[in-house]
Formats: sequence, structure tokens, C-alpha cells
Amino acid sequence: MAGVTLVNRYSIQDVIGVGGMGSVYRARDMHFPNVTKLVAVKEMINSAPDPLVRQTIVQNFEREANLLATLNHPSIPRINDYFSLDSRSYLVLDFVHGKDMEAIISDTNGFLPEEQVLGWAVELCDVLEYLHRHKPDPIIFRDMKPSNVMINSNGDIVLVDFGIAKTFQTGIKGTMIGTEGYSPPEQYRGEATPSADIYALGATIHHALTRRDPRLEPPFSFAERPLRRINTAVSTELEAVVARALEYNPESRFPTAADMKQALLGVAKKTGALGRMKTQTTPITQAGGIKPLWAFKCEDEVRGTPTIHQGALYIGSYDNNLYALNAADGKFQWKYPADGGIVSRPALYDGNIYFGSEDKRLHVVSARSGKVVWTYYTEGPIRSSPRIAEGHAFIGSDDGYLHAVNLNSGRASWRFEAADAVRSTPFVMNDLVYIGCETGDYYAVDYRGELKWRFHAKRAITSSTVGSANTIYFTSVDATLYALDPKNGWPLWRFRLGKPSISTPCIIDDFVFVGAADGFIYAVDARNSKEVWRYRTEHQVNGSPVIYKDSLYCGSVDGNLYCLEYRTGRLRWKFATQGAITGSPLVYDDIVYVGSTDHQVYALLA
Amino acid sequence: MLKKFFDWLFGRKPSPEKTQDVTQTAPLTEEQIQAIVNNQNPHFDLQQLIASCGQSVGKQRELNEDSLLALTATMAGNSGNLPFGLYIVADGMGGHQFGEVASNAAIRAVAGHILKKFHPYLFQVKTDTMDESFQEIMLEAVRDAQRIIQREAPGSGTTLTAALVIGQQVTVAHVGDSRAYFVFPDGRIDPITRDHSLVKRLEELGHITPEEAVNYPHRNVLYRALGQGELLDPDIFTIAFPQPGYLMICSDGLWGVVAEQDIVRSVVDAPSLQRACQNLVSAANAAGGPDNISVILAQLIG
Repeated sequence: MAGVTLVNRYSIQDVIGVGGMGSVYRARDMHFPNVTKLVAVKEMINSAPDPLVRQTIVQNFEREANLLATLNHPSIPRINDYFSLDSRSYLVLDFVHGKDMEAIISDTNGFLPEEQVLGWAVELCDVLEYLHRHKPDPIIFRDMKPSNVMINSNGDIVLVDFGIAKTFQTGIKGTMIGTEGYSPPEQYRGEATPSADIYALGATIHHALTRRDPRLEPPFSFAERPLRRINTAVSTELEAVVARALEYNPESRFPTAADMKQALLGVAKKTGALGRMKTQTTPITQAGGIKPLWAFKCEDEVRGTPTIHQGALYIGSYDNNLYALNAADGKFQWKYPADGGIVSRPALYDGNIYFGSEDKRLHVVSARSGKVVWTYYTEGPIRSSPRIAEGHAFIGSDDGYLHAVNLNSGRASWRFEAADAVRSTPFVMNDLVYIGCETGDYYAVDYRGELKWRFHAKRAITSSTVGSANTIYFTSVDATLYALDPKNGWPLWRFRLGKPSISTPCIIDDFVFVGAADGFIYAVDARNSKEVWRYRTEHQVNGSPVIYKDSLYCGSVDGNLYCLEYRTGRLRWKFATQGAITGSPLVYDDIVYVGSTDHQVYALLA
Repeated sequence: MLKKFFDWLFGRKPSPEKTQDVTQTAPLTEEQIQAIVNNQNPHFDLQQLIASCGQSVGKQRELNEDSLLALTATMAGNSGNLPFGLYIVADGMGGHQFGEVASNAAIRAVAGHILKKFHPYLFQVKTDTMDESFQEIMLEAVRDAQRIIQREAPGSGTTLTAALVIGQQVTVAHVGDSRAYFVFPDGRIDPITRDHSLVKRLEELGHITPEEAVNYPHRNVLYRALGQGELLDPDIFTIAFPQPGYLMICSDGLWGVVAEQDIVRSVVDAPSLQRACQNLVSAANAAGGPDNISVILAQLIG
């Protein structure tokens, strides 16, 4: 459309909005050749096949034009022209230099300051009052929402899109459809009153201050998420005003927009918002002061994950040793030296500890004495952790094989050839072994070592798999959390992460938790793949989160171990180590154990 | 489990008396136990998916504004052949008698989009993995339908409840107040969708009781419908197909008229799925047939 000139007058420059019925363009009015006068041209394409429908659409369009022509208010764009060409109708309005409130909300990091939103709200009350006092009949805007509020270059609000003074159609079955999210209960019943606009204004302020889009929440659920529960920086006074605007019963709301404006000005006076500089307060839930129960220092980084068994904690280190510590006090019991770093998590079976090392071997040592029982050689460093099932240790190696090692003989029963190094830990469920490799290929192999099905991610699958009866989950360096059908490998859903991930997911109830290199810990709904919450750490999250009681524990490369409420993602506490945490914590008997690249293993009260 | 999920999904607070300590655990029925046991013994044999459907304009309407699609096939994949089923019910509404245009457009758009994606697996023997997930395909299909309805029949709207069955997984896309249920031979019936209707929402908020809901004057008001609003957020989720059990999708011409326990009896007692569908339609008509009736039943055998 750019370059087109309509009716020899409006030279289209750009598309500034796209709606269901057509686009809105920025155009230059060529009747003013010596100045650049910009206008907004709202186009409506009438493509309905039915003549009756078509006629109704034209009528609605004309209605908007006629309505606008009668209005004169600084917060309402003036109409300049109106015409039809073939099946298209056009409305020419003042161009508003600015951005709509919805865009401002989504482009802002964190919450908008209360003062700013308060200022807009006062202006919106003004324009609503003007509309509601319109003669002979009050005009009900009916579609107050952030995307219909423009903020111009002066920071003042302009109400756009009066095309809706119609919204309510009654179907032959008596079905009425309302605007979702911002509309009050009575509007769904077809009642449009000034009070409905007040509710929608309340909803708009709520959206602006909480960043929660009400169209994505159940209707009339504002009472379940009061402002300050989401944004603690909001004053109690403003919370009360918004809550009143959002009252379920119209009688309980402000009787007029002018009353609401007075209440908002009252808030501004009380909080000093009118005079104060804009401040952003970041709530910090906790102030440190967490003391470890004990700490044990290895001779090099601890990047692996511990295992606990009968009061002893087993953990590998980059100093090549596997350590056995007393879980109660961190006292050294024994260490077993491998010839390479140990980055994985030891497995315990029948009194023996199984773990791989970068010395290419799977080591089996006695849990009690730390004496070697047997070792098994692969042809590449081992970063995968062993999984014990069906009399075998399944383990991946950088040699590109999944090894099935017979526990009795210490020899391979079979090897399954993957396309590249296998660094993920095999997952065993329903008689299948699931494994990902560094090319992004993913395999389900049966107990005879035969491929059952395969799947391909775009980049490496370094994370290990977790699964429930009907779904398996893993992440990939292609920045995706995958949910597959374990029986056939079909993708049920994918969830986009901000950056690559090698973090193994963790599942509980219907949540899937996972970390990513973008520094976030994500909580995703396992059924519908929607994000429930995300928590930002200061650096990559490479380890796996773990759940214990109602908390989630997860380390970050920023050096902290985070404890969050797993249902809400709220921070309970964090504990700072002196180095990156890349492994996963272990929680047992109300104690969290975690290793750090500061060479230490910590035990903390959960 | 399912209730918990829905409670959580829709932000309902679990009732306080149901904390773990005081919960009275009802013993599982034989069937539930068997289902758990079956789940632990995975079988990779081809299972048979069968389906049937029924429709009626009802006794009081002149027009049928419901649309329905039921398609059953098998599909090639990288792990052998799998049952494939696509079952959709759409209940149109809106002015200008355009309800049937909207519901029909919804079915065509949704089924068209999905079948295009699965074409290589259904009609050729493609074994690569798909680069989109079931839920993404369903979401795109619904968004497609939204655009088409807004273009072809602006102002109208339709409900949409679509179930894509692949193997033993059901992926559901849902907008409005048509419903999908799991029906179990032991007499249980679980709605797996949640109505996007004003009356249901008021009931959830405790503003009206379930008894009041039955006679609520604005029972047909939807707060979410295909074709309406610029930001459509359909419910999309994946769950395991009930085994043993049935997947049922129907419009409010059935569920709003025939009691749940009568629905279960009609399904479980019938000698075949075809007969069950006929019985359900008859039951709705016998109860007055105030609205269009559409029903689809599907079952996974083996």
C-alpha cells in the first residue's frame, strides 16, 4: 500500500496497525503541500459475501464517523474525512504521534511507575466523563483497554477506535458476545452503562500496573489478583481505588468517572505522587544471612551432583576424586581417585557406587570402603551419569555410544551407536532407554539395543530426559523444551526458551521446571505448555532444578543457590557461593546439598 | 488429578477441607486399577481407533448451525503405524443467520490446516520427525479459522471443540461451550473442557449456584468464541486417551438437555458406537430438542 495515494489526496506511507477488518495507515495529506500534515487512515475491507452482512458493516463504519464528528475533546482524535472506494471504506483522523498503552506495557521492562499510570488514569476519567455527559444520549465507549489508548508525544492520552459503539449482537439463539477481559459482568448481558466503562478503566489500570493481560485470565478474576500481590510497589490507596472500579456489582463502583477522578487525585495527594520524582522500587525478599550447616573443600571445582545413601554423601570433583562425606557433618570418609574429572552424578546400586569419569571409564566402587570393584572402558570421556535398570548400567560416552553394561560381568551387553557424543543421562521407562546426543538426535532404544524410534532436535541434546507415564521431557541447545510421546516420539508440544538449555527438566504435579542459558528458571504447565512463571537469576542456569516439599532449589552460574516457592516462583532465599553452580542440588531429610566451582560442597537447611 | 489441573489452570483455590490430612480417599474402582496396570505394561501393537457421530436440527429450530467432522485413519510415523483421528464439533451463532457459515468455516479451516500438516504421514510414507508439535499445529489451525471467520462472516462467532487423536494421546483445542468428555464404562463421566460461558464463570465465582445456573437467563452468553475479539486464546492441552473409555464431543444441544448420568447410560449400554450416537440424539430430542444436537464418540480398542 505504501506509495499509493487515495482519492488523490492521502499518500500512504506506512501501516501502523492491522485489525480483523483492515489496516490503519499513516498517510500524508497532500492538500497541504508546503507542510507535512500526517493523518491516520483507517481502512475497512468489506469482504463479507452476504449482502446483509456487508450493509451492516458499512452502517457501523458510518456510525463511527458520525459519532466522531460530533465530539470535541483533546483526548479524542478529530475526524477529517470519510469516503468509500469499491468494497473499502476509509476514515481519516488526526495522526497521533505516540505509542499505544499496550505497546508501552509490553516494551517496558518491569512495572510502569505508579505516578505515570495514575496520570493517564486521571486523563481517562476526564474523557470518559466527557463522553458520559454527551447530549442527547450518553456515549458509552464500551471498549476501554490499553490498545485503544494512545499516549502522544506530550505524554497525554488519546482515545482511539470508536468503532465499537456496537459490539453487542444478539444471535438468533439469544447469544451475545462481549469483549473479553476488560468488560464487566453486566456487559456480557448486553447492558452498557457508564459504570461498565469505569470497570474497563479499572481493568486497564490493573493491566498497566501488573503486566497481566486480562484477556489471558478468566473473566472477573481481578479480585483474585489484587495489584499489590503482583506489584508490591503500588500504593495501598491506589489498590483500593482500582478494586472499587472493578467491583462485581455496578452499584459498588464509583457512580461517575468524575468521582473516580477525585479518588485518583486523592491517591496522588496522599502518596505525594504529584510532586515526587519517579522511583522504581525493587522488592528484595531476603537479605542473606543463610549459614551452611557445613562445607567441605575439594581440590578443584565441583560441577557434578551428589548422591546420598545411608548417611553418606557421594560427590565427584574436577580433582579426579569421588568423595564420600558424612552427610550429617561433612566429615571426610574416603576418596577414590579416578584418572579424570568427575562431572556426573553417581548412581547407587546394591552397595556399590557407579560413576563415569573423563578418564573414559565407568567406575564401580564399594560404597562402604571406596575400594574399586570393577571398571569398564569406553572410547571417550564420560559426561553422562549411569542409570541402573534390569541388571545393567546404561551410560553414554563421548565415543558416541550408549553402553549397556552387565552388572554381573562388568562387560557390555550391547552398544547403541548414536550420531555423536552422548552426554545426556539415559532415562529408562516402559522398557525403553531414552537418550539424546550432541547432533540433536534423540533415540528410544529397547532392552536389546534396538532402535524403537528417533527424533531430531535442531541442535545438541545435552540435557537428560525426565518422564511421566504419557510424556517425556528434555531440553536442547536449540533453546526449546520438548514434550514427546514416549511410545512413538511424536512431539506433543514445544516451549521456547530465551536461550539454549542443557538443564534437565524436573516435573511435579502438572509443572515442568527447567533452566536455560538466558538465566531464567521456567515453570511450564505440562498439559498446555503455557508458562506459569519465570524467575530471573543473574547468569546461565545449567543445572537441573529439584523440588522438595513446596520449594524448588536450583543453582545458577551467578554462584547462587536459589530456593523458590515452586507454585509461584517467589524467592524464599538464596545462598551465595564463591563460584558458579553448574550441577544440581540434592535435597534429603530437610537438608540441601550442592557443589560449586569454588571447590566446595555445601549443606544447607532446606 | 484432572480436577486439580483444571483448578490450577483456571486459578481456582482448592477447597480448604480437601487438604491432604483430612482427605477421605475413595477406593479406586476395578476399572481404574486395571487402567493403571495397563499403563505400566506398554504395548506397541497397533490399536484400533473407531468413531461414530450423530446430528439433529432438534425440535425447535429451523436451521442447523452446528457443524461436525469425524475422521479416522492410520498414519505412518517413525515408529510404525499409529491410529489417527480428528474430531470436531462447532456450534455457530451470531446475527444474520450466519451461525452455520461460521461453524462450517471453522471446521473447514481447522481440519484443512491440520490435514495439510499430516498429509505426508497420512498419504505418503514419511518417517522424519515433524518439526512442529501437536499443540502448535492446533493453535495455528484455530488462529487460521479465526482469520477466516472474521473475513467471511464478520460479527458471527462459533464454538469449537477439536480433538486430534494420535496413538494414545488426545490433543484438544477448545473455545466456547461445546464440550469434550471422557466417559468410562464404570459410569464415571469427566468433562475435560471448561465452558467459556458467562454462566459457568459466575458459578465458579460463587455468584450463582449450580441450581441457579440451570435456569440462568443468559445461559448462552459466551466470553470467548471463535471469530470474536482480536486476541483469541483457545484452551489447548494434551491428555491420554481413556482406556477403557470413550471420548465424546458434543454441542450444548446435548449436554444442556440430557443429564450426565443418562448420557453415560446411553453410551455404555449401547451395542455399538453408532447406536450410542443415535440414542444420544434421540434422548435430546425426547427432552424437547430445544437446540441443534451434535455428538461424536470415539474409542480406542486393543
